[in-house]
Amino acid sequence: MAITNNRLTAEQYEQNFSDIHPPFDSREAALVDANRCLFCYDAPCTKSCPTSINIPKFIKQITTDNIKGSAYTILDANIMGGGCSKVCPVEKLCEGSCVFNLMDEPPIPIAKLQRYSTEKAIDHKWPLFQRKPSTGRKVAVIGAGPAGLSCAHVLSREGIDVTIFEKERKGGGLMTYGIAAYKVTPEFCEDEVNFITSLGGIEIKYEQELGKNVSLADLQANYDAVYIGIGVGVARQLAIPGEDLAGVEDAIRFIYDIREKGYPSVPVGDRVAVIGLGMTAIDAATQAKRLGAKEVTIVYRRTQAEMPSTEVELNLAKLDSCSLIWLASPKEIKGENGQVTQLICNVMELGVPDTSGRRTPIETGETITLNVDMVIKAAGQVPFEDLVDSNQLNNWKGKIAIDSNCATNIPGVFAGGDCVNGGKEVVDAVQAGKDGAKAILGFMYKERASE
Amino acid sequence: MADLSANFLGIKSPNPFWLASAPPTDKQYNVLRAFEAGWGGVVWKTLGSQVKNVSSRYSAVDYGGSKVMGFNNIELISDRPLDINLREIAECVRLFPDRAMIVSLMADNSREKWHELIAQVEDTGAHGLELNFGCPHGMTERGMGAAVGQDPEIAKMVVEWVMEKATLPVITKLTPNVHSVVPTGRASVEGGTNALSLINTIQSITGVDLDTFVPNPYVAGKSVYGGYCGPAVKPIALKMLTTIAQDPITSRMPISGIGGVSTWKDAVEFMLLGASNVQVCTAVMKHGFRIIEDMCDGMNNWMDEKGFKTLDDFIGKSVPTITHWEDLDINYHIVANIDQDKCIHCGLCYIACEDTSHQSINLSYGNPYNTYSIKEDECVGCNLCKLVCPVDSCITMVEQRKGDEYLNWKEFQRRGLPLNDH
Ligand SMILES: Cc1cc2nc3c(=O)[nH]c(=O)nc-3n(C[C@H](O)[C@H](O)[C@H](O)COP(=O)(O)OP(=O)(O)OC[C@H]3O[C@@H](n4cnc5c(N)ncnc54)[C@H](O)[C@@H]3O)c2cc1C
Ligand SMILES: Cc1cc2nc3c(=O)[nH]c(=O)nc-3n(C[C@H](O)[C@H](O)[C@H](O)COP(=O)(O)O)c2cc1C
Ligand code: SF4
Ligand code: SF4
Ligand code: SF4
Repeated sequence: MAITNNRLTAEQYEQNFSDIHPPFDSREAALVDANRCLFCYDAPCTKSCPTSINIPKFIKQITTDNIKGSAYTILDANIMGGGCSKVCPVEKLCEGSCVFNLMDEPPIPIAKLQRYSTEKAIDHKWPLFQRKPSTGRKVAVIGAGPAGLSCAHVLSREGIDVTIFEKERKGGGLMTYGIAAYKVTPEFCEDEVNFITSLGGIEIKYEQELGKNVSLADLQANYDAVYIGIGVGVARQLAIPGEDLAGVEDAIRFIYDIREKGYPSVPVGDRVAVIGLGMTAIDAATQAKRLGAKEVTIVYRRTQAEMPSTEVELNLAKLDSCSLIWLASPKEIKGENGQVTQLICNVMELGVPDTSGRRTPIETGETITLNVDMVIKAAGQVPFEDLVDSNQLNNWKGKIAIDSNCATNIPGVFAGGDCVNGGKEVVDAVQAGKDGAKAILGFMYKERASE
Repeated sequence: MADLSANFLGIKSPNPFWLASAPPTDKQYNVLRAFEAGWGGVVWKTLGSQVKNVSSRYSAVDYGGSKVMGFNNIELISDRPLDINLREIAECVRLFPDRAMIVSLMADNSREKWHELIAQVEDTGAHGLELNFGCPHGMTERGMGAAVGQDPEIAKMVVEWVMEKATLPVITKLTPNVHSVVPTGRASVEGGTNALSLINTIQSITGVDLDTFVPNPYVAGKSVYGGYCGPAVKPIALKMLTTIAQDPITSRMPISGIGGVSTWKDAVEFMLLGASNVQVCTAVMKHGFRIIEDMCDGMNNWMDEKGFKTLDDFIGKSVPTITHWEDLDINYHIVANIDQDKCIHCGLCYIACEDTSHQSINLSYGNPYNTYSIKEDECVGCNLCKLVCPVDSCITMVEQRKGDEYLNWKEFQRRGLPLNDH
């Protein structure tokens, strides 16, 4: 029993990590679904997309073979519409409110159709957008994640010269480093970033970290405005004994390694416990299984009624035969020779609702013991509190505070995405980037007017 | 079980479904397969002087993801040698004596040629003749096909030639490429025809290829007008059929209804509007002969439900309901009603009424679902919302008469009643 890597053959890895939402096989197949769309007026699907993509319009454009127009409709509203079509939890967004649900019929596969158009645009490098002539204005963006890239794209289209400072060696943020590998490939993420920057006017400076190689003060001095899109930080500590044993991993780190190092290089245990039941926990559990772990058990403090993940995601884990233990909260991790051997959990029951309306789990006094050799922590992420604090940004436990106009307490400094909301979806971060860009344009116009 | 057997001019068939004169009926192989599948009769692909076909020769109109809503062809009459056709016709009659065998004819423009052809065909044992006055392409240039059907005088003359010689019942098939089919229909009746059939195909261009810029069908960089048929032409065929069924002269004839018949429902509609039987071409070209099973079965079940024992119980039943516009009841008024439990909030009724009708639907915003309701006072009862609503019986039209008595437009004017009171 041990944590080892390289458990499977190349073909097995390939198969385990292949696309879980495959694209349409043919134009005809796409047309069948596109033609089902009713072309609703003031469409509920559009209202439920955080970026407000005009969904009936882009689907109509597919039915007329106007794929370029369709891709433009999508990407104009959401420049990461390609990636979003693969990673959005559509069952609670667009597809969740498609009117077909009200007829108890399967909704239009909006994301799959969205992928149909955008994949063509990205593959063929269609130059769908033109930037206005440079205005000479400069904006610095920190973080090349969905929020930063989306902000940069809108600004550059308006003729603003944008420089992005990114601490990693690749752009895309958690899209590149965080999302499960069976949803998007690293190649796709790279193509998507290139597609965005092919507009021109956007320079990404890699391995440039705020607080290390760059300072907010310098950026303020050298740019007309600054946008912060640094995402949310590291995994939350459990603060229980045994957390420093070998074999205790942080989910974000674990997933990052899968994306960065390649499947055979990532070690995984025989019997793995995953703590938490958000999207990150599901991704960690299913991917541990797909890397060859024999048993994966997800441990969650509450019941299914309170879980943050959607039914669709939960089913993903179940289909990968991960088991679930409801109402169990980690108490202690035990080990031998510095290696994890057991996870001891308090058995919980549900008490009164907390501030978020969810019923708080309380200890029953009983415990259960799991024999495991690896523990993956996915109990949420904590924002970059120190970094944010040291830059005198108003924040709430590290989540940057902004006003209704995306502005922080520092004039000319704006923020959005996970670093503000504490972690939502890619599509929310893209919208935050658009909002930020709009606010920055407004700010610069006002500046100019008062100059 | 209702009785589906049909008797058209004394020609009996186990059901009222015949295959129209076209490729499905142009050889023994097809016709035997059709009879095996259960078709009641066939009109053999038109015989006449020797021709040669081009390729391609078909094109289609697809709509909203459905293929072949409309179909068009630039084919000519049978391009197989006459003697082979005659031999095969005789063989089919011998093998399936209970099925109707009609032979379509289009002779060169002389009395002798017609007489000669009729004599040859009658020798096969076929049960009837159909005169092709409709082919819209190729033959017209030689004064045949539609060139005959478009000129009542010539049509009458040709029918007369035919009737001099024919001992079998004669059906005259009309072309729709005229402003009204009635004049040629009447002329044919005067010429002595025993029955009428309609419609043949409508001149058309189905579309242009956006890469080659050549309309369809493509023949070495060129195209020509083709004959249109299939589901798309049914409404036109029904209208033309009805004018024939209403006219005092032509209505004396048995009518064979053709044009876009694809299901038993279509057939029933043709028969309600005066056809004694129907002929089918495009639907079998799209799906094969097997569609006959549901056609018979569906018609049978419908007849049972309605209590009709034979076809004659319902043939022509709808004809009297077609009247003149000025005889319609102006006091009849309906308003739309939305069943909120069935509504899926797609907004299609709203935008149709708002943009293109009478702004009679109220929208109240919601997230993500808006609510739609009818402003009854504004609703003119045009029906548009009901037509566009994707949910079955979600929008219904509720009767709200403007007055108890029947009032038509002539009376309305005579009384000098106010315009636009609703
Ligand atoms: C495991 C996991 C799975 C997820 N799965 C999904 C999913 O399936 N679907 C979905 O829609 N969403 C998913 N999400 C959420 C989604 O990834 C995020 O909401 C989204 O990426 C947020 O975008 P962002 O631009 O705000 O931040 P990020 O994507 O985190 O991007 C921030 C960028 O800033 C850079 N950065 C950070 N600090 C600094 C610094 N000091 N200096 C310079 N650069 C810095 C980072 O390297 C990164 O490139 C998932 C998240 C996680 C953690
Ligand atoms: C390919 C093709 C060839 C046809 N050839 C003839 C013909 O030789 N003689 C004729 O009277 N009608 C011919 N027709 C017309 C059909 O008999 C029929 O009148 C017409 O197609 C309308 O019926 P539908 O909508 O069921 O196809 C032809 C139609 C097609 C599609
Ligand atoms: S971006 Fe996501 S939520 Fe919006 S339409 Fe596309 S798949 Fe749906
Ligand atoms: S709600 Fe569904 S049917 Fe309506 S426009 Fe959106 S995808 Fe189409
Ligand atoms: S068209 Fe029908 S389903 Fe759609 S909003 Fe109107 S009433 Fe409701």
